[in-house]
Amino acid sequence: MRLFLTISTLLLLSGCASSTSWGWYVINPMTPGGWVNIKFLINGMGATILISLIAAALSITLGLVVALPGLSERWYLRILNRIYVEFIRAIPLLPMLFWVFYGLPIIFRSMGLNIPIDPFWGAIITLAISDSAFTAEIYRAGIQSIAKGQTEAARTVGLNYLQTMRYVILPQAIRRILPPLANQFIYIVKMSAFASVIGMQELTRRANELVVTEYRPLEIYSLLILEYLVLVLIISAGVRWLERRMGSDERI
Amino acid sequence: MAETAIEMIGVNKWFGDFHVLRDIDLCVAQGERVVVCGPSGSGKSTVVRCINRLERHQRGTIRVDGIELTDDAGSVAAIRSEVGMVFQQFNLFPHLTVMQNLTLGPMKARGLSRDEAADRARLYLERVKIPEQADKRPAQLSGGQQQRVAIARSLCMEPKVMLFDEPTSALDPEMISEVLDVMVELAEEGMTMVVVTHEMGFARKVADKMVFMDEGEIVETGPPAAFFEAPKSQRCRTFLSQILQH
Repeated sequence: MRLFLTISTLLLLSGCASSTSWGWYVINPMTPGGWVNIKFLINGMGATILISLIAAALSITLGLVVALPGLSERWYLRILNRIYVEFIRAIPLLPMLFWVFYGLPIIFRSMGLNIPIDPFWGAIITLAISDSAFTAEIYRAGIQSIAKGQTEAARTVGLNYLQTMRYVILPQAIRRILPPLANQFIYIVKMSAFASVIGMQELTRRANELVVTEYRPLEIYSLLILEYLVLVLIISAGVRWLERRMGSDERI
Repeated sequence: MAETAIEMIGVNKWFGDFHVLRDIDLCVAQGERVVVCGPSGSGKSTVVRCINRLERHQRGTIRVDGIELTDDAGSVAAIRSEVGMVFQQFNLFPHLTVMQNLTLGPMKARGLSRDEAADRARLYLERVKIPEQADKRPAQLSGGQQQRVAIARSLCMEPKVMLFDEPTSALDPEMISEVLDVMVELAEEGMTMVVVTHEMGFARKVADKMVFMDEGEIVETGPPAAFFEAPKSQRCRTFLSQILQH
């Protein structure tokens, strides 16, 4: 009994000692083991980037499709838009992810459809739908900020509704909504970390797995945060470049 | 009697409870120039905006070139393709160059090729006397130049009727005449025009018919000579004395 207590106390103390100080060896690129770990972590970058890009592209498309009925003169179209936005916006991302990944295949099967949902597409669908409610609101504000006279002028030179949107309203609105859209993209990149819980091998999942085997959470999660930081900074720089290229907002 | 270009019979419109147009009867013959004036809030802009369905009238009949304006999208499109409009605030497309402003409608709505549309655009830029501004953005032009581009943009659709909704009201005084000159030339070429304006000098020079509106009604119509020298109604006399006293 005394022996057991001594040993466990010693173990506890040694554990404390190791986790109250930094142990960079675990991700030290100078050592073979550290280098292998770093490569393992950074290899998740591709999945995170791919998920985020596809989800953002879908969200930007879906958001526009949702936003346009919200600007209609017909009340029932506006209602449809409100229901979608309010409903989707109210669902927390993690429950929605579980619902899509574990629940949706059951619905598909009950309908006689054999559509498997893997972690990759499960994450993308969830992120895209969840984000589209916010993107839709951004579009709505952007389109509404363009003066009504622009629509009227477009109509008087013979353009129909879709042509007016395509050639007159959206090109002007897009300059104004680029900053908030970029915010949403950054949001998607960060929220893609949730994909780790359904087994997607992206940045966060890999960090978790390494923590389990190495038990160095401080160092590994620090590196993980750094990885997201780098990603987001690159996006910010890209958006600033895009804004400059599109030029300043030229109003009359 | 020339053929009728625009016919409004018993047109009524409400904004909510507010009765903006009361039993408007107005006939514009082809090639006729009509100037509509009246105090602000009298409904004169709304009359013009009803003609191409920027506003929807609730009662009465509007016919443009024989086509009746109904809720049917086809009739609206058919009428809009014959009616050009110039706005008080120009409403040029700020993200496009002058040339692109002029070619957008002809290319997308009329199906012209880029070259055909550009040829036509240069022709009308020449007419409004600013051919050298084709590659600029609207924001780089003066107000008078912008309004002339807007006129050219409408003309590029080769409309049968041109509507002007206070085309010089947003301009600095020194730029008004360059726009009016273009409009006078257009009138001399025989364009059917309905012009809402307070420029009575212009009205005297080009109008075939004056229309005075107040509180949503047409109070008085007549040829400019009689209209300016001997207005029949008290309201019209008061209005004219107010805007002509300077």
